[in-house]
Amino acid sequence: MLRSTRARSVLLTTLVVPGLLLTACSSGSPAAGSSASATADAETATPGGTLRFALGASPSGVDPQQVGSNVSIYIARQLADSLTDQDPETGEIVPWLAQSWDVSDDLTQFTFHLRDDVTFSDGTPLTATTVKANFDALVGPLAATAPLAGSYLSGYQGTTVDDEHTVTVAFATPNAQFLQATSTVSLAILSDATATTDPAARLQGEIVGSGPFELEEYTQDQGATIVRRDGYAWPSEVSENPGEAYLDQIDFSIVPESGVRSGGLASDQFDAVGDVLPQDVPQVEGSGGAVLTRTNPGVAFVLQPNVSAGPLADPDVRAAVQVAINRQELVDTVLSEAFKPATSVLASTTPGYVDLSDELAFDQDGAADALDDAGWTLGADGIREKGGEKLSFDVVYAPLFTGSQAVLELTQQQLKAVGVDLQVRQQTPAEQQAALTAGDYDTYYYNVTRADGDILRTQFSSKFRNINKRPADTVLDPLLDAQLAQGDAAKRDDDLATAQRTILEDGYAIPLFELAQSIGVGADVHGLAFDASSRLLFHDAWIGADQ
Amino acid sequence: MTAYVLRRLGAAVLVLWAAFTVSFAVLYLLPSDPVSIMLDAANPGGTVDPAQVAELSARYGFDRPPLEQYLVLLGRAVTGDLGVSVTSGAPVSQLLADAFPQTLALTSFALGIALLLGGTIAAVSSWSRSTRLRGALLALPPLGVSMPTFWIGLLLLQLFSFRLPLFPAVGNQGFGSLVLPAVTLAIPLSAVIAQVLARSMRTAWDAPYVETALAKGASRGRVQWRHVTRNAALPALTLLGIAVGNLLAGAVVVETVFSRAGFGGLVEKAVRTQDIPVVQGVVVVGALVFVVVNLVVDLAYPALDPRIARTPATA
Repeated sequence: MLRSTRARSVLLTTLVVPGLLLTACSSGSPAAGSSASATADAETATPGGTLRFALGASPSGVDPQQVGSNVSIYIARQLADSLTDQDPETGEIVPWLAQSWDVSDDLTQFTFHLRDDVTFSDGTPLTATTVKANFDALVGPLAATAPLAGSYLSGYQGTTVDDEHTVTVAFATPNAQFLQATSTVSLAILSDATATTDPAARLQGEIVGSGPFELEEYTQDQGATIVRRDGYAWPSEVSENPGEAYLDQIDFSIVPESGVRSGGLASDQFDAVGDVLPQDVPQVEGSGGAVLTRTNPGVAFVLQPNVSAGPLADPDVRAAVQVAINRQELVDTVLSEAFKPATSVLASTTPGYVDLSDELAFDQDGAADALDDAGWTLGADGIREKGGEKLSFDVVYAPLFTGSQAVLELTQQQLKAVGVDLQVRQQTPAEQQAALTAGDYDTYYYNVTRADGDILRTQFSSKFRNINKRPADTVLDPLLDAQLAQGDAAKRDDDLATAQRTILEDGYAIPLFELAQSIGVGADVHGLAFDASSRLLFHDAWIGADQ
Repeated sequence: MTAYVLRRLGAAVLVLWAAFTVSFAVLYLLPSDPVSIMLDAANPGGTVDPAQVAELSARYGFDRPPLEQYLVLLGRAVTGDLGVSVTSGAPVSQLLADAFPQTLALTSFALGIALLLGGTIAAVSSWSRSTRLRGALLALPPLGVSMPTFWIGLLLLQLFSFRLPLFPAVGNQGFGSLVLPAVTLAIPLSAVIAQVLARSMRTAWDAPYVETALAKGASRGRVQWRHVTRNAALPALTLLGIAVGNLLAGAVVVETVFSRAGFGGLVEKAVRTQDIPVVQGVVVVGALVFVVVNLVVDLAYPALDPRIARTPATA
């Protein structure tokens, strides 16, 4: 049994050279679940020991419902369980705190049948009222500081306690993404007392969860210590470990220098480290360790054009740019084999993803011809122009992900080859936010992590932030709304596939590559796993005897 | 004397007010705002809801006119209330109380090492009659000044933590964790101290009173210690006042390289997230330390050299 589940997980983990990693950016909704094991050994897990983990950046807090960055979730996810879990391999939603659930045909009523043996670390039991208190708080006192959870609960009408262990969540409109959302850390269930605790105090550690670990100590900007929860017996169905966590304790420290993280791992000052950069891989592997990687689901790194003005208002230009970029070259030249070229607007690990690599195939001559046909003629300086307007646009980006600058500079060269001028504007995250609000960009460069195709709706519908600055339409907007009301999974995937195709054909996104996580682990660390949102799970992790 | 100290204290208050005001203005003028940054961090790449921005802005008072915000913050600060961090909700006074002892330990230890190292280099080079030894010693300061702090730090880590497991690479636990960061921080400062001290010691060696002392039969060692060092100490003392500022600035880099909790890390993160209350807390405490140290230095002059008239100086 143990063997077979491990063997399955091994397929998932890619023990390859990892890539440039991002420190604090890109998160979204992490789903729970366990899968990719660190190593494919048939040894039996040994309980006990302390795992020392070096985070690449400072967490913003430890409240599962309020945090969004990867490093915060690495800690928070271990402290709390969710109603459901998502299998990282299949994307399927499986039981966790809820043994089963019923969804009404119109996708507005979700009834969860809870396990009756779950307790929080303060000894209080999980009941239907706990779930109601959590969701009510998320749309109440936490609404301002838990934006991710709030977006999952959009249209929330209320929660009804049916009996002690049955609860029904109701929405005003169909909400097909909600079931996956219940698997995320953002909708993790905390104790009744926590639901009424001040949001700022919760962020600082006043939280009680039912997870395999409980918080012992958290000091802002210094680190955290979590310890095993005795008596834990309700892991999700995808977890390999049926009971208490193997590790006694995990010490998280914050080590911003990547070279110090890998040097500390190699000299046995850490057991595992986050965000391993390509230049540090030899040191990690040279010391007998390994680098685990997994592609983040959600929107891949894209250039999202502002179609309201400038040359990018011309659909022919967007279509030409789409094929003028050689994505494989981006990955081969400036990233590493941990990264994959984008093959859709969604990353390949996202449920509902469809492979559109044909649409994105590199075709330099085709791009040049298309621009010629559209009336953009080459000027003396090698840049095309039409009616006195230069074929020049900018990209606004914040260098949260280490490799972004190199990727964009290479993209710039590739576009230059077809007479298109790309101006790269590096900004701080604050400036990028300001540019977004002001609409001061020709293309916006970013990614979002979410293990559900509904992320297309929030990023590409004209009804929300509307990064594309496009008018409402009769194709894409209705499609993005329709998938949210589609109860049939296969039909919903069809809608999402059509949406991905439309977004690429209309040039509303010019995808570049898929983000990946890379985690360095020492030779004696086993069972460290990624969940469906590519965040770490420590429930199955154990430390073996030194090699 | 009392009037002098009072004048200096008045100037100190002015410096603190200026630090408070300038840091507010600079942070206020930066693009974006702490609320948007915070919401983006809580939902990276996701949609920011204007209603949430409005609610949080109102909660922290960011929707008020800048002058009003400034006056409210100033009024609170005067009464000792530095507010709460926008990003984490933790009280700023708590964050400062956590960070300050760490940075104080680091900078005082570094200062001690720098004085010892710089003083020794200067004293030996001016005392020694071997031109070769003197040349070798005097070549050290320019080298020390020109090496970037983070590079020294990474080098020391590589040698004394990763290769030879003598000291921990990260953290604030115990004396061992203090050694490498303090040495890193001390090297550039000791170079400056050595340079200034060596020059004034050379000048002192040429002074008539040294000739007199030697003529009276004092040994070179006694002259070096009793006459030269004491007379040459004044310029180095002045330097010390400025060095405190450099140490605090250097702590930002050193604390990052060695992953130490302290002022450096606190201010780096607060500036990045435009966490105005935290930045202002750090700036005010930093300015306070600077002002106090320079006041102490100024008051120490007469003790070392009774000839010095107590002329008011500005902070």
